Amino acid sequence: MSESSTTGDTLLSGDASVTATVVREELLRDYPAKTKKKREKQIVINDKQRGEDGSLHLPVVAANTRTVPGIITQRGCCYAGCKGVILGPTRDIVNIVHGPIGCSFYSWLTRRNQTHTPTDEHDNFMTYCFSTDMTEENIIFGGEKRLRQAIQEAYDLFHPKAIAVFSTCPVGLIGDDVHQVSAEMKKQLGINVFAFSCEGYKGVSQSAGHHIANNQIFKHVIGEDDTERSQWSINLLGEYNIGGDAFVIEDLLERCGIELVSTFSGNSTYDQFANAHMARLNAVMCHRSINYVADMIEKKYGTPWIKVNFIGANATAKSLRKIAEYFDDRKLTENVERVIGEEFPAVVEAQRKYRPRCAGKRAVLFVGGSRAHHYQELFSELGMETIAAGYEFAHRDDYEGRQVLPTIKIDADSRNIEELRVDADQEKFRESDRQKGLKREEQGYTFREYDGMMAEMKDQTLIIDDISHSEAERLIKMVRPDVFCAGIKEKYSVQKMGVPCKQLHSYDYGGPYAGFTGAINFYEEIDRMVNARIWSRVQPPWENGSPGTESSSPSPTSLEEMEELEESTNS
Amino acid sequence: MTLLRHTRGGEITERQALTINPAKTCQPIGAMYAALGIHRCLPHSHGSQGCCSYHRSTLSRHYKEPVMAATSSFTEGSSVFGGQANLLQAIDNIFTVYQPDVIAVHTTCLSETIGDDIPQISEKASEKGLIPDGKCVIHASTPSYVGAAPTGFANMTAGMVKYFSKSTSPTKVADRVNVIPGWVEPADMREIKRIVAAMGLESIVFPDTSDVLDCPQTGMHEMFPKGGVTVEQLRATGDSAATIALGPICSDAAAVELTNKCGVPHTTLPLPIGLEATDRFILALREYNGGLVPQEITDERGRLIDLITDMHQYFYNKTAALWGDPDQLVSLSELLLTVDILPKYVVTGTPGKKFLRRMGEVLQERKSEVQVRQGTGADLFLMHQWIKNEKVDLLIGNTYGKYISRDEGIPLVRHGFPILDRVGHQFFPTVGYRGAIRLLEQILEALMQRQDDQCSEERFELTM
Repeated sequence: MSESSTTGDTLLSGDASVTATVVREELLRDYPAKTKKKREKQIVINDKQRGEDGSLHLPVVAANTRTVPGIITQRGCCYAGCKGVILGPTRDIVNIVHGPIGCSFYSWLTRRNQTHTPTDEHDNFMTYCFSTDMTEENIIFGGEKRLRQAIQEAYDLFHPKAIAVFSTCPVGLIGDDVHQVSAEMKKQLGINVFAFSCEGYKGVSQSAGHHIANNQIFKHVIGEDDTERSQWSINLLGEYNIGGDAFVIEDLLERCGIELVSTFSGNSTYDQFANAHMARLNAVMCHRSINYVADMIEKKYGTPWIKVNFIGANATAKSLRKIAEYFDDRKLTENVERVIGEEFPAVVEAQRKYRPRCAGKRAVLFVGGSRAHHYQELFSELGMETIAAGYEFAHRDDYEGRQVLPTIKIDADSRNIEELRVDADQEKFRESDRQKGLKREEQGYTFREYDGMMAEMKDQTLIIDDISHSEAERLIKMVRPDVFCAGIKEKYSVQKMGVPCKQLHSYDYGGPYAGFTGAINFYEEIDRMVNARIWSRVQPPWENGSPGTESSSPSPTSLEEMEELEESTNS
Repeated sequence: MTLLRHTRGGEITERQALTINPAKTCQPIGAMYAALGIHRCLPHSHGSQGCCSYHRSTLSRHYKEPVMAATSSFTEGSSVFGGQANLLQAIDNIFTVYQPDVIAVHTTCLSETIGDDIPQISEKASEKGLIPDGKCVIHASTPSYVGAAPTGFANMTAGMVKYFSKSTSPTKVADRVNVIPGWVEPADMREIKRIVAAMGLESIVFPDTSDVLDCPQTGMHEMFPKGGVTVEQLRATGDSAATIALGPICSDAAAVELTNKCGVPHTTLPLPIGLEATDRFILALREYNGGLVPQEITDERGRLIDLITDMHQYFYNKTAALWGDPDQLVSLSELLLTVDILPKYVVTGTPGKKFLRRMGEVLQERKSEVQVRQGTGADLFLMHQWIKNEKVDLLIGNTYGKYISRDEGIPLVRHGFPILDRVGHQFFPTVGYRGAIRLLEQILEALMQRQDDQCSEERFELTM
């Protein structure tokens, strides 16, 4: 039976006719038959059914399937996921893009990944954009020679500890062997040089690029440095330090006494990756982009992994407690509770201030592979409801939970992305960590668990995977959300429709939004957006149905007079 | 701490293969921008999703406006078997759902390397009845490994002529000129229309992104805003008395095409940025309006001259580093020389034969004091190395210059593409006499603010 107590939940407050079913039909209405058939499987009503044993059954979302050409998608490409997302935030690897100039140019500093180098002596290449700038001649005769030369020139000028090479579309077609060239240069230069075959056409979205990035970092970097780490050491996987999020989390962990070995990949360095296998626990933030690394480290080195979320004050507290619970140490638990205790009063105060101004308003989120889920936490802390959501590049498990993993059909696009075969490392596998995990599991502690977005969303809300422009526009017209979360491509069309749009990829120069202080920033930002005076001034006063410019009441000449006037009017 | 801490001066080694901090981007984005300047047109990127996503994002970040465009969403399969099926489906979806009048397809490095034949595919779409009556699919070939963004703009603009321009009569419309504005801002295109109208001429400006990428907030999103050159106007370009092409790299190809196809004579001029370049534009328009220049325009020129004569001491002997698109750089350099600022370093990644010769003509006797570099290896890294060796007073270029500006303490005037972190460029033109006033005001502001920030307390001045 349905979880919902009432049938036909409405998505538009005050208008019972606007149900998810009605909206869904409108979104699909004008598509050609073939397109409609495809989109029907990606626009799903969150019809949550409880089995007799209490288990939750969710509808299937046909996620991670091809975008229909021409629908105006949010999605980018494999290269963007690999170079832009995963490797972009690491400051001391020289990332050379092998291809024509555009791919490198567009991913140059555009994701707002912040990084902090302790001194000017430390490497930071993130402000640089490196490209082989292939020309027609290279496409015809091959670009390997040019790539080799480019690597040499990068080495001569920058002397980095590692150089990474990224293939763009034409490179895959002409067959340049970037891996061979990298291996040769590694030998010649005596530094690590490795390549990513992340041509834009691979997979169906950025997601393929995440997987390829995970694989190569795992193969070429992780495990290089066996320096021992403390008993309470973790890696934070899938946190990209947009707007300084990672800085906030780093600070919290440090104050709790939890050692952060590496972050994949916000504010990260090559050496952190190399040493990542020595951490005792992996905490996964963005499940979609990085779960592969978590799985592979567990298989090879024995480190267990858990899902965490530092977006939202409650989620942050819960995640810190979950980490402490794993290590199961009184001192650590005390530390964590002390830090939460220090942080929470300000959060409560901010909620008291902003909640009344935001409560009851409605948000929709179409972004990423985790963010459209994680940010619902912050909206709910403001008393706001998420009435529709969807990811840009996630898979079914991110919607329906990891329990569906065995039932996901591998299609041709996914099959082309290499799945690394990983075995336990004979020397480096830490049996003690595995045993500890097993023991904790027996005690009821859950690892590798992610329930996905839908389990947490309300019954009968709308799930839209890979939303198109036409769907977004129709959704806005029908449900008039109070805030729309998406990216830069959507931002200005949404705002033109009179709805404020928050960029959740780049935060529009804002942030951090992670942790407790980040939550407070976000409350303030959403309050600003949903209550900005300007939205009520769009209509010119001389057009019909808007407030007139003439006022019949006497004009006050000072603020005091005005207050008196208001009081007398109210009484 | 410095942001570009690995850039050093001293002896500069020539690079053969590695571009660092490019002063250009790839062709397709220029084609997308040009196509947005056709009324009710949806640009379409025939390649992987990322190309379209990157171009839309960059254009949106620059204009702070919606940028609508579709993609063929290539997968590994389409890369092997060709993108025909993808493009056919895209055409069907676009005309059914978004209903533009025109789909302007541009290619990418991927579809060019495969060798997809766009005219053949749109022929097929037509046969299959996927193109509704009265609607059309046009295209431009824009491989990313050839040329740069201005080349894509030029190719798509030439495509407009190839697909639409028609000569319906041997007699041309005497008081109508076509103006190809080059890659300038929506506000510039609006200003060009105003100038031509003030000169008493009718104009067809194409492409025209005014009222497309500078739309008012109305509470409505118009998928196809009111601006843009209409298909009807594009057809009529073949009957105009002449074409004035502004900026050879961006506009010459379309003007030549129009001369060859419809017998419309053309004049190719530098972009009308600065005093002399605007003078040339006005003189060219004067050829077709009976020789009149209205007082309005003469007054605007006079105000510009007035500003320069009054403020000359603050410009005099200053030096600047410039980067961006060749057409912009030539005219900007000329403007700087007009006010006695030396364009000491000039860098563009965009290839194009005439640039160096034109720079030589502009620089004349000061050639030996200036470093100009074009094409591969002409990037911001090189320019920064030059600056490390010998400083300048001013930077003029896109947003990426802010890293050099902060490290070196040199003020930056944002000009060109992309400007990701400020507004203004979409509202205030820099073409024409009024545009030159705007530019010089920005330059003066940057120089004076610098002086105010850095001078000693006793030299802190109140009045000019």
